[in-house]
Amino acid sequence: MGILPAIGAKEVNLELGNTSQLFMLLAAMAYAVALILWALDLVRSSNTVRELEASLKAEESKQLIGVGAGAVRTRHENAEVDGQLVDDTMAYDRSAPRRGGARVAIAIMILAAAVHLGAVITRSIAAGRVPWGNMYEFLTTGAFIVAAVFLIALIFKDIRFMGVFVAGLVVVMMCAATMGFYAPVQPLQPALQSPWLIIHVSLAVIASALFTLTFAMAVLQLIQSRRQKVLAAGGEDKLPWMRLVPSATSLENAAYRINALAFVLWTITVILGAVWAEAAWGRYWGWDVKEVWSFIIWVLYAGYLHARATRGWTGNRSAWLSIVGYACVVFNFTAVNIIFPGYHSYAGV
Amino acid sequence: MSDSLKDPELPGAGDGTEAGAPGEGSAAPSGTEGKAAKAAKASKKAAKNDVAVPALGFWGMVRWAWTQLTTMKTALFLLLLLAVAAVPGSLFPQRSQSPEKVVQYLKDNPFWGNVLDKMQFFDVFTSAWFSAIYLLLFISLVGCVMPRTKQHWQASKRPPARTPARFNRLPESGALALPEDAPSDEEVIKRLGKVLKSRRYRVQTREAQGKVGASVGAERGYSREWGNLLFHYSLVGVLISVAVGGMFGYSGQRILVEGEGFTNTLVSYDQFSPGNRFNAETLAPFSVQLNKFSIEFNRQERTDGKYGTPVDYTAEVTVKDGPNAESRDETIKVNHPLRVDGADVYLVGNGYAPVITVKDSKGKVAYQGPVVAVPQDGTYMSLMVLKVPDTSDGEQLAFQGFLLPTTLVNADGAAYSGDPDANNPTLQLNSYYGDLGLDDGTPQNVYVLDTKKLKELNNRKLDVGGIVLGDTEQTHSYELPDGKGTISFDGLKRYIGIEIHRDPGKAWVGTFAVLAVLGLAISLFVPRRRVWFKLADNASGTEGGGRMLEYGLLARGEDPRLAAEAKALRDLLKKEFPGITQVEVTSTITTTQRTLRD
Repeated sequence: MGILPAIGAKEVNLELGNTSQLFMLLAAMAYAVALILWALDLVRSSNTVRELEASLKAEESKQLIGVGAGAVRTRHENAEVDGQLVDDTMAYDRSAPRRGGARVAIAIMILAAAVHLGAVITRSIAAGRVPWGNMYEFLTTGAFIVAAVFLIALIFKDIRFMGVFVAGLVVVMMCAATMGFYAPVQPLQPALQSPWLIIHVSLAVIASALFTLTFAMAVLQLIQSRRQKVLAAGGEDKLPWMRLVPSATSLENAAYRINALAFVLWTITVILGAVWAEAAWGRYWGWDVKEVWSFIIWVLYAGYLHARATRGWTGNRSAWLSIVGYACVVFNFTAVNIIFPGYHSYAGV
Repeated sequence: MSDSLKDPELPGAGDGTEAGAPGEGSAAPSGTEGKAAKAAKASKKAAKNDVAVPALGFWGMVRWAWTQLTTMKTALFLLLLLAVAAVPGSLFPQRSQSPEKVVQYLKDNPFWGNVLDKMQFFDVFTSAWFSAIYLLLFISLVGCVMPRTKQHWQASKRPPARTPARFNRLPESGALALPEDAPSDEEVIKRLGKVLKSRRYRVQTREAQGKVGASVGAERGYSREWGNLLFHYSLVGVLISVAVGGMFGYSGQRILVEGEGFTNTLVSYDQFSPGNRFNAETLAPFSVQLNKFSIEFNRQERTDGKYGTPVDYTAEVTVKDGPNAESRDETIKVNHPLRVDGADVYLVGNGYAPVITVKDSKGKVAYQGPVVAVPQDGTYMSLMVLKVPDTSDGEQLAFQGFLLPTTLVNADGAAYSGDPDANNPTLQLNSYYGDLGLDDGTPQNVYVLDTKKLKELNNRKLDVGGIVLGDTEQTHSYELPDGKGTISFDGLKRYIGIEIHRDPGKAWVGTFAVLAVLGLAISLFVPRRRVWFKLADNASGTEGGGRMLEYGLLARGEDPRLAAEAKALRDLLKKEFPGITQVEVTSTITTTQRTLRD
């Protein structure tokens, strides 16, 4: 480490920091608008679905009199539940009804993300370093990555069903950052002035952002799995908007892949954290509160990966593991930074 | 670790090349767990005798316990238990980190504190129960991984799996009609092998056998399982390296005032904690002298309470690797330790050390030198204790009070420190005389003064008042009441706390950690796939009655890109055999992939 220069300016640009904060607030508001639009889209879509279904049914009964009033089979015969609007590949379907609300929501989210990126960059310039030196910066940068990953993934996959959740989580993160953990630009304390800040914390931000996405998927998976059970038993569909969400198994598969990547990133985060700790504090592992919780998170997600190969542990149980793991990620980020005394109390609040 | 070794979907196409041999998958029809199946296989012989016998006997019990321990379910349970067991390590103070907090906790909660202490809640990570969990986990891991290694070693020497009779049960399959002018069967098979080899498959060509036409069997991604095994073995390596480092290493602390030196010998340490196999001869014979220590504080206004907080520490030192070695100048900073042969020196603390001279009633120098003062807050207001036992008149002296680096006086007339830099340093002291109790050999904390048995000499509450020493000619010296002597404040130095570490396991921990990540990435991201091509007569006879080329793909473990691979192979075939036409494509990629389920 000795060859590498110390990072972090000793003088910060306060005016630029204020500009950045203004942009953050604007981005947060735009995300909130997007959230409302996503929610409206869901409600509207489930109405559209019902209408579509009714017309389909009418048409079908006209054409296929005598076939019997079976369940309506829409285009995707391979979906676990009949009438699922998003199939398991999560590919875009040109014949699907247009979702105008979702389109506007995506446009506004792109705008919000652009403003957000500007805010993150100006913050970074104002502080003269990477924009993840305290909780405010970690959260705002993390929220940007969540939004960016979602928007980029939208290009390849029809994951609009996650829009309301992603926008919701981003709004929560931005509110927590700007209201709860706000800290103006400050110079870095000596322990943080290390090139490891760039790589260790950036990996932690990315891994946390991915865990955030899989958390949303795990929640959807639980809802969908319950709904599928009810439907299979011939019950009434109380959550018609869940037709816009792929089947539980498909959610589980997608979440597993993202979690596998996030787990690798988290492993590297922990290892690089140990390398940094060795340079800064003289030991690579000392069961500091942050280290304990990072270890717990690592073990939980390791358990999650094993659960997939364990009989009786797939499905809802593994979704719960993912949710508990994410709860620990949130706890590790918030409570551990604020409540517990430890080396990692970098809240800056 | 995430994949199963079995292909539950394909009972007929196990690893065996011997035609008709039951695949491993059928050895454990319900098995999604490689090790469970393996164990089941291993105990097959025993099972013959055990059919109706509930009593397993001693070895039977042992075997049963071992089988249980090495199942994935047990491993998962132990993993989750390990996570839960680590939680109290963050909720309760730990001796390894802050022993003083443990003492405080025991004082505050005498009953529950003791109960918790008995249950080792203040030493969670060395406790019997935590150790038991991770040791069991590692035994389970080894018990799982070793048979898998053998199994995979054998599998990697065997040719690709035999060609299944029918491909339509595979997740990806299809048929293409070979053009009329296509080469002979033999040539087609040969060229198919080439195509597969170009995509890094291990290939075996097979002649027609009974109903099954000439075929090619291929498999790739053996490294997936090797990566998985490497990951798990590396974890064992990390654990052993940590243990070895802890046994043979040491760590110690020392305070160095500017101008002082430190030689790496046992007596030089203020505090020393060796591993249980530590040998004092392994202490590298280096020495370090602190020339200057400087702190840079944040001097930018309006930085939200961060004004005056430290932004940089620099310790300038002179280092000698041995008694006769050349000396060299180095700097130690936070994040930039001094690496000397065999040990690392870290900057872990700092403060002020006022230089003080005390003369006794006879005018003889009873103490002269820097006194380490302990900072109490961000302004470096520091607590100072000075015990002076060696007076020539037999009356021992003691001083206790504060160093204020930038002395200011508030409206009530009380002095306080307004800044961490030494702009106007003063010492505000009380003094005592009597027996310090040092002579009976009981060790005492040098930073704590027990004033109970001492008589007060100076105190703000007494008429004579407290001692206030400044750094000007008029204020730097004070004459003690009753002619007990004098005290003078001769200057201000800084000191640093250094921590010296040696951990011989460190490099190994790092190496195994890197290998673990490598193995993990390989095991999660390298797909393991099987491909078969088979020649068949065109049964339906619709496409000119020519020969058909059937293909089938199977993923072993998670493989979201199997359909893409099938498409890539089809495209290659179209290039290899111009005029080939697609007759049938069955892709189950859009159905939920259940390769790991039963």
